[in-house]
Amino acid sequence: MLRLLSVRLLAMIPLLVIVSFLIYSLIALVPGGPEVVLAGDNPTPERIQEIREELGLDDPFLVQYWNWLTDVLQGDLGNSFVDDQSVWSAVAAGFPVTLSLVALTLLIAAVLGLALGLAAGLRPGSWIDRLSTVTASAFMALPYFWVGMMLVLLFAIQVRMLPAVGYVPFTQSPLEWLEHLILPAFSLATVPTAVVARQTRAAVTSVMQEDYVRTARAKGLHPRRVAVKHVMKNAAVPVVTAFGVEANRLIGATVVIEQLFALPGVGKLAYFSVFSRDFPMVQGILLITAVLIMLVNLAVDLSYGYFNPKVRTS
Amino acid sequence: MTRSESVDIGKPVAVPVKEDGDGDGGDVAAHVSRTRAVVRRFRANRSAVVGCALLLLIIIVTAAAPLIAPYGPTQVDISDRLSGPTAEHWLGTDSLGRDTLTRLMYGGRVSLAAAGLAVLIATAIGLPLGLISGYFGGVVDWFLDRAADVLMSFPAIVLTIAIIAAVGPGLTTAMVSLGIVYAPRMFRVVRGSTIEVRREVYIEASTSIGTPSLMILRKRVMPNILPATLVQLSFLLASALLAEVTVSLLGLGALPPTASWGSMLGQAFQEMRSQPWLAVYPGIAIAIATLCFNLVGDGLRDAFGRETRKA
Amino acid sequence: MTRKKEKDARDDGELLRIEDLHVDFLTDRGWTNVVAGVSFDVGPGEIVGLVGESGSGKSVTSLSVLRLLPNAYSRTPSGHIWYQGRDLIKMPERELRDVRGNEISMIFQEPMTSLNPAFTIGDQIAEVYRRHKGGSRRAAFARAAEMLDLVGIPDAGSRVKDYPHEFSGGMRQRAMIAMALACEPKLLIADEPATALDVTVQAQIVALLSRLRDETGCGILFITHDLGLVVELADRVVVMYAGEVVETAAALDLYNAPKHPYTAGLLSAMPHLGVRGKELPTIPGRTPEPWRMPEGCRFGPRCGHTSEECVVAAPALRIVEAGRSSRCCRTEQLNLAGSP
Repeated sequence: MLRLLSVRLLAMIPLLVIVSFLIYSLIALVPGGPEVVLAGDNPTPERIQEIREELGLDDPFLVQYWNWLTDVLQGDLGNSFVDDQSVWSAVAAGFPVTLSLVALTLLIAAVLGLALGLAAGLRPGSWIDRLSTVTASAFMALPYFWVGMMLVLLFAIQVRMLPAVGYVPFTQSPLEWLEHLILPAFSLATVPTAVVARQTRAAVTSVMQEDYVRTARAKGLHPRRVAVKHVMKNAAVPVVTAFGVEANRLIGATVVIEQLFALPGVGKLAYFSVFSRDFPMVQGILLITAVLIMLVNLAVDLSYGYFNPKVRTS
Repeated sequence: MTRSESVDIGKPVAVPVKEDGDGDGGDVAAHVSRTRAVVRRFRANRSAVVGCALLLLIIIVTAAAPLIAPYGPTQVDISDRLSGPTAEHWLGTDSLGRDTLTRLMYGGRVSLAAAGLAVLIATAIGLPLGLISGYFGGVVDWFLDRAADVLMSFPAIVLTIAIIAAVGPGLTTAMVSLGIVYAPRMFRVVRGSTIEVRREVYIEASTSIGTPSLMILRKRVMPNILPATLVQLSFLLASALLAEVTVSLLGLGALPPTASWGSMLGQAFQEMRSQPWLAVYPGIAIAIATLCFNLVGDGLRDAFGRETRKA
Repeated sequence: MTRKKEKDARDDGELLRIEDLHVDFLTDRGWTNVVAGVSFDVGPGEIVGLVGESGSGKSVTSLSVLRLLPNAYSRTPSGHIWYQGRDLIKMPERELRDVRGNEISMIFQEPMTSLNPAFTIGDQIAEVYRRHKGGSRRAAFARAAEMLDLVGIPDAGSRVKDYPHEFSGGMRQRAMIAMALACEPKLLIADEPATALDVTVQAQIVALLSRLRDETGCGILFITHDLGLVVELADRVVVMYAGEVVETAAALDLYNAPKHPYTAGLLSAMPHLGVRGKELPTIPGRTPEPWRMPEGCRFGPRCGHTSEECVVAAPALRIVEAGRSSRCCRTEQLNLAGSP
């Protein structure tokens, strides 16, 4: 297990090198170069040259990339163009917020999606199956940010039950933390819930046809135990895969949702950086996002071994 | 789905297997009958047909917006701002007195065209590369597949707005970026089904006769990867529509005063406390269009049967 | 009144008695009858072979005992399945769950797919034991190892930690048997337990079942299409054809002197040592589809002895000798040959 983990981590390195190169190359796409952006309105040529030297833009591109990469490897992601704050500390400040949001969203999606999918898959064709299918289709189609707006409209503006904006750290007040996150998390959870429900339904209906489910029934087990133990573990692989894909999509969606609910997370930071063309910040966030997503994919891959013992031995 | 396919408990009944024209694809007659069977199965799927019809309606209405819309998209009526639904303005007006129904029609034009553009670019890149990668394999395949890995290690929307950050905002930029970001998704599907088709015997037979690769690609492989491509196309359209709305909502795509469903939603969000209903209409429009793309995609996938798996 | 009588009947040494069982299946053509009035019994410690081709309804019959037919396309059968005076067909599901795996166990045709690939063999055996007998996890795993040892798996103590894919086909079927016998059931239903296995492994499994019956005293209902296996193992044989019982007899009697042309056909189709170079005779035609049953005798169209009376009315199962019955109306006129 440990060996497999280290092998897989090592295998990530070449991909990371290419990814980081791609991220750094974004600067090359900037019309006129980043110095023009940084110099502000009506810059003098001298000012531009000054900035070019400061950023080392006169070096060959590969040298620039190499310098950036070595800095990154030493834990220095550079400083913001906007306020000179270190990228690392800015991301670190927003990270708990985004992590809370994503974790809560995945929790909601897991509970709702698994319940809907399992209920539907155990009784295909029943009313609960139809209800689950319709719910999933609706959740798939509703734009998550629109759901967010409607939830704000309903629970924050009309009923004034929950706050519309802002964030309170969990360590400060778990209840307020939840109050601030429940609406954004719920809006983000719609699509993952639908996807998980669909995958679960499909996997469960097919596993239910398996001979070993009949064996489990023949052992006198309660249908609930058959479903939870014998069916779910075998149905888990496609469901977990769906979770991985959705986690990836979720990280993207936080950009919008954090903006909508004024949550001071990495997504909001990303948006602000894109808007103010703060390239070091954008690059840093992209790199961290890519690493996170690779880790999520790795975790998903490793989980296959748990759910399917055959994978483990081969 | 519950009935005939699962009666195999100790094989108590011999259920006759009905195969509707399930030819290998080599034979023209088999091909025609397979296409017919697909069309028949699609038409028997009520929700897919409804989705298809609604989608056509939406496309016609938005495309014909200049002809049938009651006002101009940027036509301002200062005397009638923030109106609720009236006889003159069925869905009311916004803070500048622009007719919501009109803007919804024009906005749909922009949003759907933008989504179409992104998917067109994704297909233009992903389809040929997927064919090449899947058909020839080897180093080319390895390289292209790694490239897809790289692009897919970012959330699509994050990579898109990062490109926008470099190049600058604008709907066309946004959609071209999105097209590039989505290209691996089309690539993977085409590559996967090309590899499957290549394995089939009749291709090997064709190669041994000496048919040139290009001819095999066109005559044999293309028709067989069509199902997967079509299905992926409809799901990508749904994603792209959502992406357009997202970037425009963030103010990085369609810029005012251009109406798009995304920019309308963005504007409505700014003014949500004073006129909440403005946020409702574009959301419903997006939801219906997305639902239609999904229904058509699901319908196609089911109609093509086990020949296709969603990637 | 009749109920009382039926209750008394089980006291004179019956374990399981199936009475006039009818089962319907949902097919493309709607509800179709696949088991039509099957009756037979199994005594304590007795091995009864249930024989028939695929499509004869033997598997459906055996699955009906523990009501394991899928709800989606079967419905509650009619008739009675008496187990120690209790009708399993009418028993509440909750009560039936205490019978399943505990008093009556079942093993299936496909050892490859009948074990759950995601859990260890030991876990799956321990699970049924804990479900019915309680006790600690540790005790249940000890019981699992003990059972694996009993069914002849070497090094059972460490093999309990193996997953099904680490077992060969024959070993998996042994593990299934270990699981089925963990709670010391009074009846074991074995649905073609050897069919999917190699011939040598088949013989081992059959020998194992025979030994286990002697050691544990459990009755066995052994379902197979292989008359040869049955004759080796069973005390009594029930032959099914097209959803009906066509003949019952003690195994040797049936082997030597069948009383139904279908049984005779099956016997002559068996390969034999010493009879070389001759092509094996087969029964012409195939089992009728359940929605297209012939008039009169269901075997009629494939039978070499059909006369007018066979078509006029469906023959009933009747006692032809002490302890044996046949559904052929011409039994007395025919002189059917036993196994060559």
